[in-house]
Amino acid sequence: MLKHFIGLQWKSFFRSATFKTEIWFKILMALGALYFIVVFLGMGVGAFFLIKEMEIGDPLRVVNQFMIYYLAFDLVFRYMLQKMPVTNIKPLLYLPISKSKVVNFSLGKTVISFFNIAHAFFFIPFSIVLLTQGYPPLQVIGWHLALMALIYCNNFINVMVNNQNVVFYVIAVLFIVAGASQYYQWFDITIYTGPIFDFFYDIPWTAIIPWMILVGLYYGAFAYFKKHMYLDGGLAKKQTEAKTENLEWLDRFGNLGTFLKNDIKLIKRNKRSRSAVIAGAFFIFYGLLFFTGALEVYDGPFWKIFAGIFVTGGFLFSFGQYVPSWDSSYYPLMMSQNIKYREYLSSKWYLVIIATIISTILATFYIYFGWEAYAAVLVGAIYNVGINSYLVLWGGAYVKTPIDLTSNKKAFGDKQAFNAKTLLLTLPKLVLPIGIYAIGHFLINPMAGYIFVAVFGLLGFVFKNKVFTMIEGIYKKEKYKTLQAYKQK
Amino acid sequence: MITVHNLTKTYGQNTVLNIEHLEIPKGQSFGLVGNNGAGKTTLFSLLLDLIQPSSGHIINKDVQVDQSEDWKPFTSAFIDETFLIGYLTPEEYFYFIGELRGRNKADVDALLSNFEDFFHGEILGQKKYLRDLSKGNQKKVGIVASFIGNPEVVILDEPFANLDPTTQIRLKGIIKDLAAKEGVTVLVSSHDLIHVTEVCERIVVLNKGEIVKDIHTSAETMKELEAFFAG
Repeated sequence: MLKHFIGLQWKSFFRSATFKTEIWFKILMALGALYFIVVFLGMGVGAFFLIKEMEIGDPLRVVNQFMIYYLAFDLVFRYMLQKMPVTNIKPLLYLPISKSKVVNFSLGKTVISFFNIAHAFFFIPFSIVLLTQGYPPLQVIGWHLALMALIYCNNFINVMVNNQNVVFYVIAVLFIVAGASQYYQWFDITIYTGPIFDFFYDIPWTAIIPWMILVGLYYGAFAYFKKHMYLDGGLAKKQTEAKTENLEWLDRFGNLGTFLKNDIKLIKRNKRSRSAVIAGAFFIFYGLLFFTGALEVYDGPFWKIFAGIFVTGGFLFSFGQYVPSWDSSYYPLMMSQNIKYREYLSSKWYLVIIATIISTILATFYIYFGWEAYAAVLVGAIYNVGINSYLVLWGGAYVKTPIDLTSNKKAFGDKQAFNAKTLLLTLPKLVLPIGIYAIGHFLINPMAGYIFVAVFGLLGFVFKNKVFTMIEGIYKKEKYKTLQAYKQK
Repeated sequence: MITVHNLTKTYGQNTVLNIEHLEIPKGQSFGLVGNNGAGKTTLFSLLLDLIQPSSGHIINKDVQVDQSEDWKPFTSAFIDETFLIGYLTPEEYFYFIGELRGRNKADVDALLSNFEDFFHGEILGQKKYLRDLSKGNQKKVGIVASFIGNPEVVILDEPFANLDPTTQIRLKGIIKDLAAKEGVTVLVSSHDLIHVTEVCERIVVLNKGEIVKDIHTSAETMKELEAFFAG
């Protein structure tokens, strides 16, 4: 039986549409995974000596003190990214396989997930370093086993709370509050949690406690899944009550308003697009890293332009990048309805422009960091409107991966962002304005640099009609390929 | 109304459609039948410029569909669920299509009131998004949406599949009326010989991409079709 399950899993992995991607995207993915492994390894080996150097106490005790944040962060990260094991259960339900076996297999599968294995790259080297530094082996092993169990506890907690946003947000807010109050020294949660982890080290046999909790959680998850393994139970798609909205205030924009109404509903009602927009909103604060001097590497003058483009272009990058894939599930309708390509494209363009303007207004607080900071934001906004808005639409013509609006799981690490042509198009989006600024900055003065970038943006604005005709042509040329690609889910 | 000239569609070595000439006059109810893979959906997709012909072309009321977009205002279609926008409620979807076709809310409401029977109380005011409706109800929405804005050509792919018997009977009445009373050219494809013979004045049989029969519907049509498909 297990052989069949593993065979199915093997095929579903290697035959999935996402797997068959461009070879160099695979390389990029591998590099990404390698990067994480190296970071964890480096942390594992280096953490001990680093903490020792800082002389803030026994490295193991310090690690234990902050372990609660490590685990909390892990849980949040898992909640957002880890896939749930229920996806392939449906076709197995009516086959002569006992439900327990199916559930056991699905849960067992999560054990070997990357989200669990990755931690080994931190904990194993860290424990080895402890041993070489003369910590008593028995105690280190006890501690190690206890934390391993806790990581797996997280795994099963995540399985159980998945799709229960309330639980997630409560936990997330609790930890943000805890972190903030620690930072401002109101209340230090680690004073209470640190000793728990020390305990596993001081009395190694207590490691059995987290293992017992783990077994309990496993059975909890098992019972939960088994009980809900019905089409109208845990396997049912969640239905939200729909409300008809008219958004009549947009009617004054004519045909454009029709599309804008639709796009607003698209953003509001689908998980995937909502998270893209939220991610975009966070970009507004990205500039803080630059303008507060928080990171030394960002102190160079061009980084200000870089920041300005990101601060106002969050929506442009997170949402605009994937036009027209947002409409992929009903693209044939859009292509055969009474819609001119130009109208469709300009509605997306206006959406990006409106969002950029809103971001610029919200980013007014950068004035606090001096006129130069806000000038960078303003100039970035002009460049985004004048140049980058065309570039994302242009790049979109080559994006041919359908988006599943209702699922959030592929939101990161999706191959569509890494299409050779779209990647090339990011160069003028980011590098060109920095270059233009540099010319002004070094030849004349910083002010001239800003003016140069702004003029460039305005020029793009002037040529709107010409550029649109060109982009329209590209979309028309790519239309049949795009339709074909969206069919394959 | 619609003229097909030397139209072929090939994928690699495989010719999936090859129609030398086909003329569909205005106001005709036109039925397309054939087994799986006969090329029905391919022909409809070509009519809507969703795929490119390998050779030849289609003229829809003086507009060559793969050259100009001007056929869009008077042509509407429901092929499959990719013509529905999952995150809209049925009402929003109808108004959206209405606005694209220059019809305001009142116009759309007036049209929808004619279909209350057809909807059987399961579509309007249900507080559900289209993606949460059953397949049959989704189909009803798509079909009715294709009637919005007085199109001159309506293309429906397999409209009877997935519908319950009551709705099938009502749909047959609607399609007949469209062609007879309003002069709309209706193109329907189906696997169900009984439905097509009842609804369509003319039936074309496709087999492996080629037209093998072109019949003006009469009392004998059903027998003729059965004889053909029985092989």
